Amino acid sequence: MSGASVLYDVPGPKARSRNLVYSVVGSLAVLALIVFVVLRLNTQGQLAPEVWNIFNNAGVRTNIRDGLLTTLQVFAVAAVLSLVLGVLLAVARLSDHRPVRWLATGFIELFRAVPLLITIYALWVLLLSNRDSLGLAGNQPQFWALVIGLTVYNGSVQAEVLRAGINSVPTGQREAAYALGMSKTQVMTTVLIPQAVRAMLPTIISQLVVTLKDTSLGYIITFEELLFTARQMSTNIIVNGNDTYVPFIIVTGAIYVAMCLALSALANWIEQRGRRAKTGIGVATAGEPVTATDAMEVSDAVSDGPAATKD
Amino acid sequence: MNVLLDYLPQFRDGFLGTLAITASSALLALVLGVLIAGFRVSPIPPLRAFGTAWVTVLRNTPLTLLFLVAFFVVPQVLFQGASPYVLATLALGFYTSSFVCEAVRSGINTVPLGQAEAARSLGMTFSQTLGQIVLPQATRTVLPPLSSIFIALTKNSAIAGAFGYGELFNLSKLLNDKGYAIAWIFLWTALAYLIITFAISAVFRLLERRMGVAR
Repeated sequence: MSGASVLYDVPGPKARSRNLVYSVVGSLAVLALIVFVVLRLNTQGQLAPEVWNIFNNAGVRTNIRDGLLTTLQVFAVAAVLSLVLGVLLAVARLSDHRPVRWLATGFIELFRAVPLLITIYALWVLLLSNRDSLGLAGNQPQFWALVIGLTVYNGSVQAEVLRAGINSVPTGQREAAYALGMSKTQVMTTVLIPQAVRAMLPTIISQLVVTLKDTSLGYIITFEELLFTARQMSTNIIVNGNDTYVPFIIVTGAIYVAMCLALSALANWIEQRGRRAKTGIGVATAGEPVTATDAMEVSDAVSDGPAATKD
Repeated sequence: MNVLLDYLPQFRDGFLGTLAITASSALLALVLGVLIAGFRVSPIPPLRAFGTAWVTVLRNTPLTLLFLVAFFVVPQVLFQGASPYVLATLALGFYTSSFVCEAVRSGINTVPLGQAEAARSLGMTFSQTLGQIVLPQATRTVLPPLSSIFIALTKNSAIAGAFGYGELFNLSKLLNDKGYAIAWIFLWTALAYLIITFAISAVFRLLERRMGVAR
């Protein structure tokens, strides 16, 4: 706690003893909550060694690994495609040609407003019913429904992020580039986009965290990614007459949290690095993924708005 | 086109279902979020740690996983016989509370230092400072992010339909099973969500205008 909080004074002797009482009471309350859950789990036999022994089974571990790899595969393809789509849409939205601008705006607004799950579901139905003419086999319809769904949604959000970034580049840059005789394309590709990406990198990565989390929607369209695999195993593996939801959910949850935290840490690191560098490009804060909170107010990300606080 | 006219009552029920789940989980998220934000800025270390853990875990867990917890672990381990509505509210509300908490906390940080200092110099305690001076002022800065959070919540509520709660996504699945063209179903559900999200942003714009005070 640097400089403590403005909300309370550095405690004096009386406040210190009072805070100590609150601390003890608070810890006891938190502890009671944890103990309650653990006891409940225990009486339901969810903490018995046999239940947790399932992770010593090589087959279970292989399945989790395969699920994880599938998740990462979807994430990698969707991340790359959504970034490409994001750049294209951002450029289209800033185009001088009115129809192009309108088309891009409509696309972005539509797919940002519709729940991702519904987009993915509609794509899945479309791909499944046309699987023969499209030459898709096995679980490819699910894979592509998930990837395309993630791409159009996150691409739309990334486009807004990039547009905010491009608009945040000082006008002098653009004017200077035109004064040098650069064409519109050159100005965009060599001057504006690189600076926009640099400024928005933390936000872009925070959005990738959202993409990573959303790969779990594959569960609903029966795509065998990490969550679906875990769910399947937890109904199939029965120990002491109980299905094994608790251990599988704890383990899968830990994997997801670890992956997301690693990506967020990357975003924070880049943000700090960007602040140190003397390029004159303001770097957005990594804290708020623009979406989850959705990209309605992206332009705020650059200013030192309410999103700017971190511990 | 026909699908809307043929199933108008179902569309109304799905629409109301989405509204109900969004409203109840928004309320839960708001209450929990403000409470946890209070924990996070409080002078009591264990509560601060609890708040941080809460936000870190819930923000980095996929919502689908939380739904799995709500629908399969909670009935088995904690209490049985809760309706899908209650369980979905719990999952959505807990998930969204972490985003509300962060929005409120950054709102608290935008209140000018002098306000809290003045409150303290009048001898106000932490909870008085927070409740009477800081939070009311923070409300204004928190409104725009809150509106985005609630719009995201509306869209996230679609997952509840996949777990058997009757709302718009659930309805789309149903109608698709009946053999209607997915494109039309998609269009009408999209429109329904647009109505809700536009309503939310309109309400929040109104609130912002009402509460807007020059600082």
